[in-house]
Amino acid sequence: MRHLIDIKDLSVDEIMDLIQTANDIIENPEKYQNACQYKQLATLFFEPSTRTRLSFESAMNSLGGKVLGFSEAASSSTAKGETVADTIQTVSSYVDIIVMRHPKEGAPLVASRVSEVPVINAGDGGHNHPTQTLTDLLTIYREKGGLDNLTIGLCGDLKFGRTVHSLITAMSRYSGIKFVLISPEELRIPQYIKSDVLEPRNIPYEEVASLEDSIPDLDILYMTRVQRERFFNEADYMRLKDTYILTPDKLKNAKDSLSVLHPLPRVNEISTEVDSTPYACYMRQVKNGKFIRMALILKLLGVTV
Amino acid sequence: MIIGQIRDGIVLDHITAGRGIEIYELLGLDKLECTVAMIKNAESEKMGKKDIIKVGQVIDLNFDILGYIDPGITVNIIRDGKLVKREHLSLPERIKNLIVCKNPRCITSSERSIQHEFVLVDPEKKLYRCLYCESEAPKNIG
Repeated sequence: MRHLIDIKDLSVDEIMDLIQTANDIIENPEKYQNACQYKQLATLFFEPSTRTRLSFESAMNSLGGKVLGFSEAASSSTAKGETVADTIQTVSSYVDIIVMRHPKEGAPLVASRVSEVPVINAGDGGHNHPTQTLTDLLTIYREKGGLDNLTIGLCGDLKFGRTVHSLITAMSRYSGIKFVLISPEELRIPQYIKSDVLEPRNIPYEEVASLEDSIPDLDILYMTRVQRERFFNEADYMRLKDTYILTPDKLKNAKDSLSVLHPLPRVNEISTEVDSTPYACYMRQVKNGKFIRMALILKLLGVTV
Repeated sequence: MIIGQIRDGIVLDHITAGRGIEIYELLGLDKLECTVAMIKNAESEKMGKKDIIKVGQVIDLNFDILGYIDPGITVNIIRDGKLVKREHLSLPERIKNLIVCKNPRCITSSERSIQHEFVLVDPEKKLYRCLYCESEAPKNIG
């Protein structure tokens, strides 16, 4: 039985299989509409996340399966003091696959050790969020026609942004990748990402502060939100939150083929005027999130179509 | 200084000089009824100076603790006055319930029944990360 706890759980070949399945789902959705008939998916959200939960629920509905679960810890037995292990053992005797989000890092790994059915990590604190990374990879693949030979700019909160860390880890496995890491001094990428991921593989990267100066070189610009919930100090958050705001003016020297991605939700780091430019891919990225989750559910349930 | 030969027991040799006391305490040797000798700053050809611990009884040792604290230690097991086993320690791949994860966001911080477990990710840097949240192991045990 397979789980998805960390993006590194999947090989490059498995990721490519998921991308191919997602592409086929996009082309032929009717082929898949009953693929998970009589299967049940539980969405256990110990921390609210409407976007991710609805994406999984929509994915399972589009596969003809059924969905049950809870959307916050207050409406689960956790509020009564039950452990993650006990909740998962109970739920895994009702359903065929579990999707969980939890504020504590490592909770999905604990779940996977006791579950009788596959567990998908839908975010554990600031740690992992592998289905967001799969969404990003499918989006890059569809926008660029492949995952090799790209200069990828990552902009904003590179210190606490788990989507950024996972995307760097995932993209480092492809050839011809270069990263431009755009952030204020205080929100630079953690040292361990450089020493554990980038440097051992000799992947070129530069750390810069200016978004405008970097844009002409980029094939992908991955914008992120500075997340209030990751700061212990409100003053630091207020000082840093508006450092980068992407506007059409800042994109005037961009390559025609530049793709702007964002894991969403955004606050103000991409002005709404960018939405109508050919660079904006983040709404297609949202759609891709559903399709790659459909592909993942099929894979973990062992369903072939 | 001469410390007598052991008939049945364990000799922890090649302890980094100065770490003997720490190892004595972590292994709980103070609780043993048998003879225990701690030799500090013994001369060593290989190390210059070393610490040695002799325990007058064969006891179960947690090699993970020893290997993590001081991977150069040699463990000699003696029975009937003869060396029956010599073990050269190395850094353990996993360490269970020895180091405590200090990350307040880690699941082990809120669910006490989960074992603390660290995985060796870089032997050269002696770097361990929490199995659950991947935080670096704290430098101090406990």
